[in-house]
Amino acid sequence: MIGYVQQPPSLDVRGVRYAYPDGHVALHGVDLTVPRGDRVALLGPNGAGKTTLVLHLNGILTPTGGTVSVGGLTVSRERDTLAEIRRRVGIVFQDPDDQLFLPTVAEDVAFGPANLGLRGAELAARVDEALAAVGMAEHRDRAPHHLSFGQRRRVAVATVLAMRPEILVLDEPSSNLDPAARRELAEILRGLPVTLLMVTHDLPYAAELCDRSVILDAGRVVADAPTLELLSDERLLAEHRLELPYGFVPRPS
Amino acid sequence: MHISNGIIDGPVAAVFAALALAALTFCVLRGRRDLDDRLAPMAGLVAAFIFAVQMLNFPIFTAGVSGHLLGGALAALLVGPWVGALCVAVVLVVQALVFGDGGVAMLGLNITNMALLGTAAAYLLIALLLRVLPRTPTGLGVTAFVSALVSVVVASQGFVLQYWLGGTTDLGGNLAGLAGTMAGVHLLIGIGEGLITATTVVTVAKVRPDLVYALRALKPAVPAPAVPVAGGAR
Amino acid sequence: MGAGHVHVLYRESSSPVHRLPPEVKIAAMVLFTVAVVATPRAAYWAFGGYALLVAAVAALARVGPRWLLGRALIELPFVLFAFALPFFGTGERVDVAGLSLSVDGLHGAWNILAKGTLGVLASLLLAATTTTRDLIVGLDRLRCPQILTQIATFMLRYLDVLVGEARRMRVARMSRGDDPRFLWQLRGFAAGVGALFLRAFERGERVYLAMVSRGYTGRMPAVWQGAGAATAGQWAAAATVPAIAATIAAVALVLT
Ligand SMILES: Nc1ncnc2c1ncn2[C@@H]1O[C@H](COP(=O)(O)OP(=O)(O)OP(=O)(O)O)[C@@H](O)[C@H]1O
Ligand SMILES: [Mg+2]
Repeated sequence: MIGYVQQPPSLDVRGVRYAYPDGHVALHGVDLTVPRGDRVALLGPNGAGKTTLVLHLNGILTPTGGTVSVGGLTVSRERDTLAEIRRRVGIVFQDPDDQLFLPTVAEDVAFGPANLGLRGAELAARVDEALAAVGMAEHRDRAPHHLSFGQRRRVAVATVLAMRPEILVLDEPSSNLDPAARRELAEILRGLPVTLLMVTHDLPYAAELCDRSVILDAGRVVADAPTLELLSDERLLAEHRLELPYGFVPRPS
Repeated sequence: MHISNGIIDGPVAAVFAALALAALTFCVLRGRRDLDDRLAPMAGLVAAFIFAVQMLNFPIFTAGVSGHLLGGALAALLVGPWVGALCVAVVLVVQALVFGDGGVAMLGLNITNMALLGTAAAYLLIALLLRVLPRTPTGLGVTAFVSALVSVVVASQGFVLQYWLGGTTDLGGNLAGLAGTMAGVHLLIGIGEGLITATTVVTVAKVRPDLVYALRALKPAVPAPAVPVAGGAR
Repeated sequence: MGAGHVHVLYRESSSPVHRLPPEVKIAAMVLFTVAVVATPRAAYWAFGGYALLVAAVAALARVGPRWLLGRALIELPFVLFAFALPFFGTGERVDVAGLSLSVDGLHGAWNILAKGTLGVLASLLLAATTTTRDLIVGLDRLRCPQILTQIATFMLRYLDVLVGEARRMRVARMSRGDDPRFLWQLRGFAAGVGALFLRAFERGERVYLAMVSRGYTGRMPAVWQGAGAATAGQWAAAATVPAIAATIAAVALVLT
């Protein structure tokens, strides 16, 4: 980046704390910066607070303390800011069935950009572009609930891509996918020209897609380093209930 | 107790339609303030839940009336009186338009009884009981049960009032009989409704106290030390 | 979460009635019902006229009489009320088959049966020709406040969720040996109703958050609201039904 004008990072999380209404504190001051164009994996055991953190990134949850900025814009409850933040941050939720709710694939992909005010030919172009990016163009008129799980996951990614986000956040993108679907999705994700934050338990997947990884445990960032370095540290992984699949040896791909 | 077309005469139905429209307009204005990111999906679920339980219809053959659960108290507890009344009204409108359940021309009457009277009676009782009863699951359960029971009976008497004003057939002395039958039947229904309302609200309050509007809106009269309704760490 | 855009009563077809924009159908149906209710009960011929009108629309919409009448049973509870009236009504009485019945009550029963049935048939025709999504679009175009259409949208979507979760919970209970007989299940149901509510809520909340994440602000974007709003021609075409009904009602009022 030397020699370029310093761009604000795609994502800048500073000291975010969050307590759920029932008093349970899920995040104890999280710091995380993702520069533009990077792909970062967010690792951590069940209940670490990963999904909670993701819900902060587009202002669905408001931190009890700390701030979140996206491309230099700080998340607030103010209407216009929130709308812009939600355009910039594309979240693909853990369960595609939570994301897809309209009768056809194309309508579902159009939902986001239509909310941004796009209409007519421009909207149709966005939908086609997003569906083509995930290789689902020929399924545009089918009902989402008739698709296979892997196909639905891809459509879910398209629904978010259609909004041309600054940063794509995926919550467990590889869960419930068979090996082929998992590989196809990895290829799609690798080819996308966006900043990527990927929440996962799937360590090989993180190694395959992201150069850098962050481990979150009990609401705190406990490690932030190149993925291969993290995955080679057996003690660190064991301490945070992360395990490599049997026989997997992390090495540069 | 969906009134179908032809039971109450036109002029009385029109008067109640105007009344319901005015009241609902007020609810829309007040409800907009309440409806945030948390309340919007809750309002939808409350409406769906009411829609589903209203499908259970108990015909009372001898008296020629039918009864079913109303849901006003549940709505008032979970989403507050304004949005609550709107939820019940939406259920009634969709039932009338799509299922022919309750006459379209009688919507004003049905909305007055079930959405307005039922929810208002429930919320008044809730506001009273939550202040005097202890803030425990039992206190909340009793509040839910009593307010549901009373709101159902009150709503049923709305129909009797309307029949007295504009029933298409003069029942003479039998009107008192109608009032008694409606009250009796709805007392029984109210017990069922009370149980369902209490179980539902107490379960929700235990796990997600933040979702219960009444607990958020109605702080105890004396600022007692906050006793959580239930410890809810998950 | 399913498609949620069709409901059990919707009859897929491309009839002229199906193709009418929803707002004109809703308006026509409401006005028709009002005309029916305003008709004096003694004008028997008028109700015959309305029935013909309903039959004509049903034929246009390709909805069969068997389906229509079967579904009309929903009004049964209030038919019962109608049958009680001849016994409890006051005034002059007649003897029919050894029973002493009130004349006013008989008229009242006829009144409820005729008007109730016509109203039910009219709404069934609306339901058979309009998807739930179009229905909400129609209400929206008729200037129904957004808060109401929003509640209605979520209600219809949550109905699917509730049914789905209830089925899953029932299967789970039965697989662990719960008695499949209805009354016994009621106990399991009562215990599970709170849990059902929470599960449905949290599932729906996630869907809602995913929608909000894509810029939803309470109103469905206008792009796929089918064809555009109704044209003057479509309003005029649909207006024939309430116009004929209103004429019948006016004549009946004058004659009786
Ligand atoms: N609505 C809620 N109310 C109260 N506590 C919650 C709520 N949602 C999550 N939590 C708690 O917050 C903590 C973090 O949850 P979160 O869902 O963020 O974990 P996660 O890292 O995404 O886990 P997983 O890998 O299982 O998805 C957990 O202890 C959880 O029990
Ligand atoms: Mg998670």
